[in-house]
Amino acid sequence: MATSVLDHAGAAGIHPEKTGFLSWITTVDHKKIGILYGASAFIFFLIGGLEALVIRLQLMKPDNNLVSPEFYNQLFTMHGTTMIFLAVMPLSAMFFNFMIPLLIGARDVAFPRLNAFSYWVFLAGGLFLNSSFLFNAAPNGGWFGYANLSSKQYSPGLNMDFWAIGLQILGIASLAAGVNFFVTIINMRAPGMKLIRMPVFAWMTLITQLLVLLSFPVITVALILLMFDRLFGTNFFVPLGGGDTMLWQHLFWVFGHPEVYILILPAFGIISEVLPVFSRKPLFGYTAMVFSGCFIAFLGFGVWAHHMFSTGMGPIADSVFALATMLIAIPTGVKIFNWMGTVWGGSIQMKTPMYFALGFIAMFIMGGLSGVMHSAAPADLQQTDSYFVVAHFHYVLFGGSIFALTAGAYYWWPKMFGHMLDEGLGKLHFWLMLIGFNLTFFPMHIVGLEGMPRRVYTYPAGLGFESLNRLETYGALILGFSFLVFIFNVIKSTRSKVHAPADPWNGATLEWAIPSPPQEFNFPVIPTVHGRDAFWEEKRAHGGMMPEPPRVSGAGIHLPNPSYWPFMAAVGVLLLFIALLHHDGKFGPLYIFGAVSVLFYSIFHWVFEPAEG
Amino acid sequence: MVDKLFRTTLFWATLVFVLTESALVFIIVKFRGKPGDPEPKQVHGNTMVEVIWTAIPALVLAMIAVPTVRTIFRTYEIPTGADVLQVEVIGHQWWWEFRYPQLGLTTANELHVPVGRTVALKMITQDVLHSFWIPQLAGKRDVFPNRSTTLWFKAEEAGDYPGQCAEFCGIQHGRMAFQVIAQTTDEFAGYVSRMEATGAVSPAAPAAPPADSTAAKPAAAAPALTTTTLAATAPAAPDTAAGAQLFMMKGCIGCHSLNATKPMGIGPNLAGIGQRLYIAAGWLKNTDANLANWIQHPQTVKHGVLMPDLGVTPAEAQSLVVYLRQH
Repeated sequence: MATSVLDHAGAAGIHPEKTGFLSWITTVDHKKIGILYGASAFIFFLIGGLEALVIRLQLMKPDNNLVSPEFYNQLFTMHGTTMIFLAVMPLSAMFFNFMIPLLIGARDVAFPRLNAFSYWVFLAGGLFLNSSFLFNAAPNGGWFGYANLSSKQYSPGLNMDFWAIGLQILGIASLAAGVNFFVTIINMRAPGMKLIRMPVFAWMTLITQLLVLLSFPVITVALILLMFDRLFGTNFFVPLGGGDTMLWQHLFWVFGHPEVYILILPAFGIISEVLPVFSRKPLFGYTAMVFSGCFIAFLGFGVWAHHMFSTGMGPIADSVFALATMLIAIPTGVKIFNWMGTVWGGSIQMKTPMYFALGFIAMFIMGGLSGVMHSAAPADLQQTDSYFVVAHFHYVLFGGSIFALTAGAYYWWPKMFGHMLDEGLGKLHFWLMLIGFNLTFFPMHIVGLEGMPRRVYTYPAGLGFESLNRLETYGALILGFSFLVFIFNVIKSTRSKVHAPADPWNGATLEWAIPSPPQEFNFPVIPTVHGRDAFWEEKRAHGGMMPEPPRVSGAGIHLPNPSYWPFMAAVGVLLLFIALLHHDGKFGPLYIFGAVSVLFYSIFHWVFEPAEG
Repeated sequence: MVDKLFRTTLFWATLVFVLTESALVFIIVKFRGKPGDPEPKQVHGNTMVEVIWTAIPALVLAMIAVPTVRTIFRTYEIPTGADVLQVEVIGHQWWWEFRYPQLGLTTANELHVPVGRTVALKMITQDVLHSFWIPQLAGKRDVFPNRSTTLWFKAEEAGDYPGQCAEFCGIQHGRMAFQVIAQTTDEFAGYVSRMEATGAVSPAAPAAPPADSTAAKPAAAAPALTTTTLAATAPAAPDTAAGAQLFMMKGCIGCHSLNATKPMGIGPNLAGIGQRLYIAAGWLKNTDANLANWIQHPQTVKHGVLMPDLGVTPAEAQSLVVYLRQH
């Protein structure tokens, strides 16, 4: 490696970046993988958003026939599945990948090739799921896939096979990434970066990986059982065969509720980075922020059955899960108050990331409070499975996660791509998104309480749902438009190339100490950390802003080699699951044998790939 | 009771919402930085303040927690006693079957109950999970294939209460509605006796067309009709006797009973269909035109239902409508 760097070093002695197509296939650089995650996830986000817009257009007026009931069911199933597994999770993964090594002062993640493998398997899973549209067999049983509607008897097509298998593929990606980032954060921190000095985003990432590692095995088991029911005729969830439909609900929500925190904890982390920088003041109550995050994650495993109050579990179970759910409001409240405490007494810099971060707080309060209303189990019997709950979780996942991820995008864009996004367009994006979001989702509280159930492809006139539904659709169109503004901003800024300095926001953390975008090796010299807000400390010691760091030669810095094998192994995984779909065909065993061969061949080469190129 | 709990939670949620959002707006306005401002005081936290804003939410939650648990236990007390009207609910893709075990009656998609009397439901499903929900009368209760669940309610005022399946149950989940019709005791008694009367004109004995008794008024020629003349005359003049014949010939009888006292057939019991407010599980108004359309084109009107398109002609549908209006 060292010699090849010297051989290829340019006149200035600076290692030239490889940028060809193959460099993206074979990359093991966490930053490139982060960008791959971000780009793929954003495209999936747009697909999921389009699905949502069609849903809203269908519900714009009563007894509408824009789409068939069958296609509507596919749309809302794929909207939920896409937004959770293919948009919000991988958008968070974009920031884990790009930012975590930078935030903790590392050169890369612990397992760079495993990192590439995670991405390619994620992409394979996303493509596999969406390819179902080509066969007119997109999943149609809801993102929650409740038994026994998901059984072969009541869902005879390939639709739910695509779902059960697609989610297993995505689960492999999430678990591999979970191990990787957990180990990275524990083992790869720069000298002096004690756990209790880590940026809160690194903390929330660490906790999120723990949630992934503990909850994804549960859904994997449930999906395997479902797949066995559907492909091989077992009866785990088939009542006539002695199976139990409640078993699915418990397994699903033991995963499903921690999943909610997998979606929101990274957002908490981003907000905890953005607010101090744009208030010019450290995070208020750092320790409380870290421990409340841990507490939320821990309690998150003890509240799953609040998704099941309407099943009639009995008064004791209902009470326990209601009280546990209410308990979560306490650490969440601590977080909200501490964020406000961070801004209090600060000197607020109203830049685009700050708009989104403050918008996040305002919207998340709303989602949190409707969540507390759900915890009152008997009242929840009215709210659950109605549009009230649709409003609630969109306030948490859109008003929460998406607002925070957008804040993160505007905040870290200069670092990731080396140029600034336009502030005016950014603020326009914010206001359109805030207005569109509230017009779409606030009225859902009301129609929900008035009795409009969710997952219905239409509703009759005369029940009083018409005008609010029309309003919601207008809101959704504004919301969709706001992302066109974002895309325009990205294109315009990329073209105009307003070069970003290394530290455009007076950042508190280590990523702002290095050039934008960072060089392949991140840090020419691994920094030594002396306290929290490491870069602020450094600047304080220096007596003001740092001079622009030069781009330097990476000669002599050991970096992992590019590799084809993570990509090939991911192809093997995809082929294996496709073969499973065809297992009962004439060449079924042959397909499976071929796929396993590709997978094992790739893993074999991966294992014995020389460390030095 | 549940209403009171809802209002309690709504009150606290609104209060906290207003206070925190106002505080947020205040902070944003008050601490807005201006260019050239010095670095603000670097505060890292304040234990006292943090303890306070941990304790206050805990207290608010306690205000919600106590009535929540109390209400949970109360809602699970299933009322018993002779005065309670027992109803068995059976969920189907995509309609609701109601049975009154105390009265020996079966009906579908329209549940008549007396005002002021507690109704206790025992629910199960014939196929996939459903959820029974009458928003104005009670919360949801899911319906399972392998175990029964319970729910109870009491309608305090006479009126029609729309209900709807609330658990996604397949292609026509959106069209799985029903009506609860709360009536005075006298009206309910009248309903019960009308339903009991459908047992007397039982289509369980198809050899004797029920048209004989009921169709006497509108159709004078009815008794003399044979199957062959029926085909010729039906298009000209839709009538009850023709409808009665078609009800059997077209196979309607295979799935639908017109006898409320005998729960049979895999389709909705049609006793009393003539007076129902809605058809096709609560979404089409029960007009002659809608009913005729529904009979002719079930797969267009509500794609995916078990009822197949049977090739009923418009004229035949008219006769069936006339016939069904008698029931």
